[in-house]
Amino acid sequence: MKAIHNLLDKVRPNFEKGGRFEKLYRTFEAFETFLFVAGNVTNRGSHIRDAMDMKRTMFHVVIAMTPVLLFGMWNVGFQHYKAIGMEVDLLDQFLFGLIKVLPIIVVSYASGLAVEFIFATIRNHEVNEGFLVSGLLIPLIIPVTTPLWMIALATVFAVIIGKEVFGGTGMNILNPALLARAFLFFAYPAYLVGDDVWIYTNLQEGQQLIDGFSGATPLAYLAIGEIEKLPSVLEMFLGTIPGSIGETSTLAVLLGALVLIATGVGSLRIMLSVVAGGLFTGLLFNIFAVNPYMEIPAYYHLIMGGFAFGTVYMATDPVSASQTGTGKYIYGFLIGVITLLIRVVNPAYPEGMMLAILFMNVFAPLIDHYVVQANIKKRLKRMQTAEVKTT
Amino acid sequence: MSKVIKTKRGLDIPLLGDAEKILQTPPRASEYALKPPDFHGLVPKMMIKEGTRVKAGSPLFFDKYNEDVVFTSPVSGTYTELVRGAKRRIMEIRIMPDPEDDYIDFGTESLSTMNREQVIQKLLKSGLWPMIRQRPYSVIANQNDKPRSVFVSAFKSAPLSSDMDFVVNGQEDDFQAGLDVLGMLTDGGVHLGIHADQTMSKAFTEAKGVQIHRFKGPHPVGNVGIQIYHVQPINKGETVWYADVQDVIIIGRLFKKGIYDARKIVALTGSEVLNPRYYRIITGAQINSFAVNNVRSENGLTPRFISGDVLSGEKIAPDGHIGFYDDQITIIPEGDKPELLGWLIPTIDKFSVSRTFFSFLMPWMKYRHNTNIRSGVRPFVITGIYEKVLPMDIMPMQLIKSIMINDIDMMEKLGIYEVAPEDFALCEYVCPSKIEIQTILREGLDTMRKEFT
Repeated sequence: MKAIHNLLDKVRPNFEKGGRFEKLYRTFEAFETFLFVAGNVTNRGSHIRDAMDMKRTMFHVVIAMTPVLLFGMWNVGFQHYKAIGMEVDLLDQFLFGLIKVLPIIVVSYASGLAVEFIFATIRNHEVNEGFLVSGLLIPLIIPVTTPLWMIALATVFAVIIGKEVFGGTGMNILNPALLARAFLFFAYPAYLVGDDVWIYTNLQEGQQLIDGFSGATPLAYLAIGEIEKLPSVLEMFLGTIPGSIGETSTLAVLLGALVLIATGVGSLRIMLSVVAGGLFTGLLFNIFAVNPYMEIPAYYHLIMGGFAFGTVYMATDPVSASQTGTGKYIYGFLIGVITLLIRVVNPAYPEGMMLAILFMNVFAPLIDHYVVQANIKKRLKRMQTAEVKTT
Repeated sequence: MSKVIKTKRGLDIPLLGDAEKILQTPPRASEYALKPPDFHGLVPKMMIKEGTRVKAGSPLFFDKYNEDVVFTSPVSGTYTELVRGAKRRIMEIRIMPDPEDDYIDFGTESLSTMNREQVIQKLLKSGLWPMIRQRPYSVIANQNDKPRSVFVSAFKSAPLSSDMDFVVNGQEDDFQAGLDVLGMLTDGGVHLGIHADQTMSKAFTEAKGVQIHRFKGPHPVGNVGIQIYHVQPINKGETVWYADVQDVIIIGRLFKKGIYDARKIVALTGSEVLNPRYYRIITGAQINSFAVNNVRSENGLTPRFISGDVLSGEKIAPDGHIGFYDDQITIIPEGDKPELLGWLIPTIDKFSVSRTFFSFLMPWMKYRHNTNIRSGVRPFVITGIYEKVLPMDIMPMQLIKSIMINDIDMMEKLGIYEVAPEDFALCEYVCPSKIEIQTILREGLDTMRKEFT
């Protein structure tokens, strides 16, 4: 430990003012603080500070994402070999997925962090940890077939337009990872929508797709009214279905949710209210059902598409979500409601989670505004009653 | 019994080094000091020259903007040195004490024959007036105001704070006399906040002429600001005065004996203290008069000396002096050593309110908490954690943000009059973005005070 620290001390002058790599100071600092918690002590206010910091917080979100990441990698391989009718063991399925997914993760992190480091240097502030999470979220919410250059473009767009123009981490209105997906969704719909994008089907010589192959997701079947083709509930819950890399397995998402809730990093309040909103709307559809889609059991919606993933990892982003306690209930509930409205009532998009969350991200400040106003009104009312008493 | 006001939100930080209930009287300190920075917003004007002999109760300086408020010497001796800081700001007025105290006589006129004006004049003249502070702004009270009421908190909840039952023991009459004096200052009555289970002393539970309120909950329930909020929250335009228990006792002695008898009991606490216990000293005493030889010395570990508690106290030098309002010295280790991957490694020796460390699994543990900040400052990211440590219906993050953008209207609407930095100390402690919340809140209060006075 001493040796590494001495090395850092030795090279530091190069990065400080007047040094050869002065411009890279923020980059150096980011790596230094990654390796070492600096020996900086408090000098104003509270003399002691809670041991938790941004790095640890974000790291716990990354831990919470590992179940979906690992499962997603395996499912990429599983779906591929299923499509070409080959029987291989679990490890081969996983390795296939690993090889396909790893480049996506690398591209996402590299492009996003590059933007973060550049902006930290321009604005002369420390590199924020927020992208540690966004950089892993982006690969999990896109199809495995997305070209790498597109991922890089979307990530750069999301970080600059979604975050840096507002002032960086903590100031953004929209969830950066979802913005990256929305960018791809609207700019390159052919790569994000349809039945052919979810499963890697580039064939090598001698391989061919099995007869009757379809790469459609459950939501796609529902959108065209082919309910009989839905996978079983167990398949949808376990996640052995086509979909974005990390979204398919409700079980893996639940494991991640457990980590977020146990550590208190993710907001249970938001998660529960999204689920409540989804179930409520699903039940309403059941009651007033006029077509087969509206008749499917409400809980189906929770295990199809990106509902579970969005609930646990996306809606809970503390910056773009509602920031007041009461606001979180309203925000979450409406995400659930709108997701189902888009899925069932809107004919254009089979999946509604992304748009619902982005839409509520925009409305979160408005919700907060009314919650804050309620607090202010309470205070004013108290003052008026106090005045009546004294006069 | 009256109903118990229970607060749920808050946090008791489990620290090592609680003071044992042993009271010692150390030898007289070789130096005493009065520190103008203890009184927020004060601009002192000296009244005497260096080398002047003073008695206990002799005036040293006054408030430039409120000339009736004078500050007097706690001991008799010689005014030896004026210590200035940056921009020539007066930091300390040092006094070399005589072996025995000689007091100025302020008279022992019976309280029953005095009116409110005379009581205030006596407090002002003796230099005890600064012991009475006001909300909003948490500064020395303005003698021309008519406070809605006066509050005294009879227990403390800050980490390692003094046990008031132990402190008041043997001084019950002085405390009651002090309460009687406070009763003269307001028409709204004196409110005494006691702990529903822990306050046993009859000085508190059977105090006369006051309304007693019983509280229960985690820190900051012992803060007078929290108690005011739960009894009668401060509205715009209202003023509430408050004083600490030991200051009430000193005020009581002034009216009983006619002198400024500045003796008080302080707790020497913290993980770096070998034998944490209580000491009877005179306010302003140099702390090495009692802390010396009682501090752990470990290779490479620098101790930090704090006058007050770890959340809102002031950092002082090892030969520094205890602050005017403080009744506690805390000594904890500095955290000036870098830690390899310190943010990542799962350890059991760190306390966190979050469950990302193991401390939540070990509620019986007490910690040797150091002063490392652990990260650079970040913008607000995590929401909802500040509310969990503030037992008031106030939105801490929104209030702090309104101060950051200097939105006076919003600060007022969000209830800035009801709070003081010490009430927000836990918000600062838990903040994962390491934002200096107490400093920002103090700036906000200063802005409001400037705007409206």
